[in-house]
Amino acid sequence: MSYIQVENLMKEYGKGEAAFMAVRGMSFQIQQGEFVAIVGESGSGKSTLLSMMGALNTPTDGRYVVDDIDVYSLSLDKRAKFRMAFLGFIFQNFHLIPYLNVMENVMLPLAIAKIKSQEKKDMAREALKHVGLSDKEKRLPSEISGGEQERVAIARAVVNSPTILLADEPTGNLDTRTSREIMDLFNKLNGEGITIVMVTHNAVWSKEAHRILCVSDGLISEQERLRKIVEYPFGLKADTAEYPENRAAVQ
Amino acid sequence: MRLFDISLANLKRRKAKASFILIGLLVGVTAVVAFMSLVDTLTRDINHKLEKYGANIMILPKTENLSLTYGGMAVGGISFEMREILQEDLEGIKGIENAASVAAVGPMVLGSIKAGDRSVLLAGVDFQVAHILRPWWKIKGQPPGEAGILLGAEASRILGLGQDDALEVNGRNLVVSGVLEPTGSQDDQIIFAPLKTAQQVLGKEGRISMAEVAALCAACPIDEMVAQISGVLPDAKVMAIRQVVKGRMETLGHFNKFAYGLSLLVMLVGGLVVLVTMMGSVRERTSEFGIFMAIGFRRRHVMSMVLFEAAVISALAGVLGYFMGLGATKLTIPFFTESIDVGLAFDPVLALGVFVAAVFLGLISSAYPAVMAGNLDPNEALRSL
Repeated sequence: MSYIQVENLMKEYGKGEAAFMAVRGMSFQIQQGEFVAIVGESGSGKSTLLSMMGALNTPTDGRYVVDDIDVYSLSLDKRAKFRMAFLGFIFQNFHLIPYLNVMENVMLPLAIAKIKSQEKKDMAREALKHVGLSDKEKRLPSEISGGEQERVAIARAVVNSPTILLADEPTGNLDTRTSREIMDLFNKLNGEGITIVMVTHNAVWSKEAHRILCVSDGLISEQERLRKIVEYPFGLKADTAEYPENRAAVQ
Repeated sequence: MRLFDISLANLKRRKAKASFILIGLLVGVTAVVAFMSLVDTLTRDINHKLEKYGANIMILPKTENLSLTYGGMAVGGISFEMREILQEDLEGIKGIENAASVAAVGPMVLGSIKAGDRSVLLAGVDFQVAHILRPWWKIKGQPPGEAGILLGAEASRILGLGQDDALEVNGRNLVVSGVLEPTGSQDDQIIFAPLKTAQQVLGKEGRISMAEVAALCAACPIDEMVAQISGVLPDAKVMAIRQVVKGRMETLGHFNKFAYGLSLLVMLVGGLVVLVTMMGSVRERTSEFGIFMAIGFRRRHVMSMVLFEAAVISALAGVLGYFMGLGATKLTIPFFTESIDVGLAFDPVLALGVFVAAVFLGLISSAYPAVMAGNLDPNEALRSL
């Protein structure tokens, strides 16, 4: 059984003549520890798909199952708990809270957790250390660079140890060098066992993933496997080597 | 980092908006405190004046009456036994439970005398307490000594007597020491003499016709005082001058209702300011709430953040508003009363009441915006990013 199962997901916006089918029946599966890129043109339905995978957008039809949990059969409150337990979000424009400093932004998901304040701080410091921003915890988002803001967003996304990281155009507003750093960070996190689903326009960065799902006109038009997932005895891990033979097989 | 830390950080960031809500509530709370403490101060002032100056309890001799009916029709009654009050009996008033509340006891003896060919009412009073029992008296001349009399304005005119003129009453020569300015009451027709002199002239030594009592009843119900005095004067009929107190209290009651109504209106406006501002704030922060929800915050978390912000501002408005209201009362009180001894002290009940009311109002007014924030669709909220 796959870790994530998307079964014939559909999403219709509007009603009557204005009705528009953004996702028209997508089905695929993702293994634990996999790094999947979703690529497609603007308006192809990839962001709608990501919001449904984020338990934020109730599908019109279909099923979305994570770790044997049928997510959309849960109540709104339980869906929020699911997001807290399983998901980490990284938004295109970072979306840090402007009036909270770096440390506080990273601690945000822990604000509702029933753990001691010091423990929260330790967890946030650990996450910041992970993304290489230990020295900037007192800075406001406006006082750090775009790349650093992205790292803060990543630290915030992983601070509560989610199993799935959903990233929407994480390199959309970054230069090439910073984007490379972010991709390296993604690979590092993925190497630690986090399942990553990344929506991107960028063909270069999509090749960082194990698999590419091409979305077009609300459907999965193509799947391309790029890398092999290696299972280690202590859990699922992914290697970083590219396997041209897989790509060739898909092609 | 707790939810409330996020709320506090937001308040610090949005100072202008928070200040606007604060001012909206502050105006309301200040107005309420000012109205209430003004009414309270004026009530105390009037009570003070009523009770300190002027008699509010009358002591009259008890009479036995017989109602007369003929063929089932009442034709009135006759008094067949009038008991007397002895002056020394009044000493018992000093021993009642609320004796400390008695400001003055004024015995009075009344009797008719002949002044020339006219019959005039002579009243013997205790001039030592006259200024308490009859503060409205204005004397042209001096209060009388042992052999002196004070004429009411009308009595002076009718008898043709003025200051320093002499009047022979029952063989005793009494000198007019002063004349009262017109009072518009029965006092204008009366000749006043010191109690002892009047008793001697009327042949009623040691006896009195009635007595007036001025009771300071701020801390005691006047009915209790009446009951206590009745207890020590079983042969007397003791009654409160209710009409005076009732009339004044009714006026104050109307003012009180007006103040409450106005306070309610001002608080309502304050509540509307909070409602509109909080709704604007929630709309502005839609994307922020979207992020919170995306990372796992639940409806109640978002709602409690909004409500906590409202509670903090309201609590601040409650505290500041109380003291500003007291200040406003202090500034406006001279326009309502000339009394300079009207105290304005910290009232813990009003302070607590106003604090609770302010927080309650802030929370009630923010309830809808909080629900609005809690009901935001996280996906829609994130799309507004």
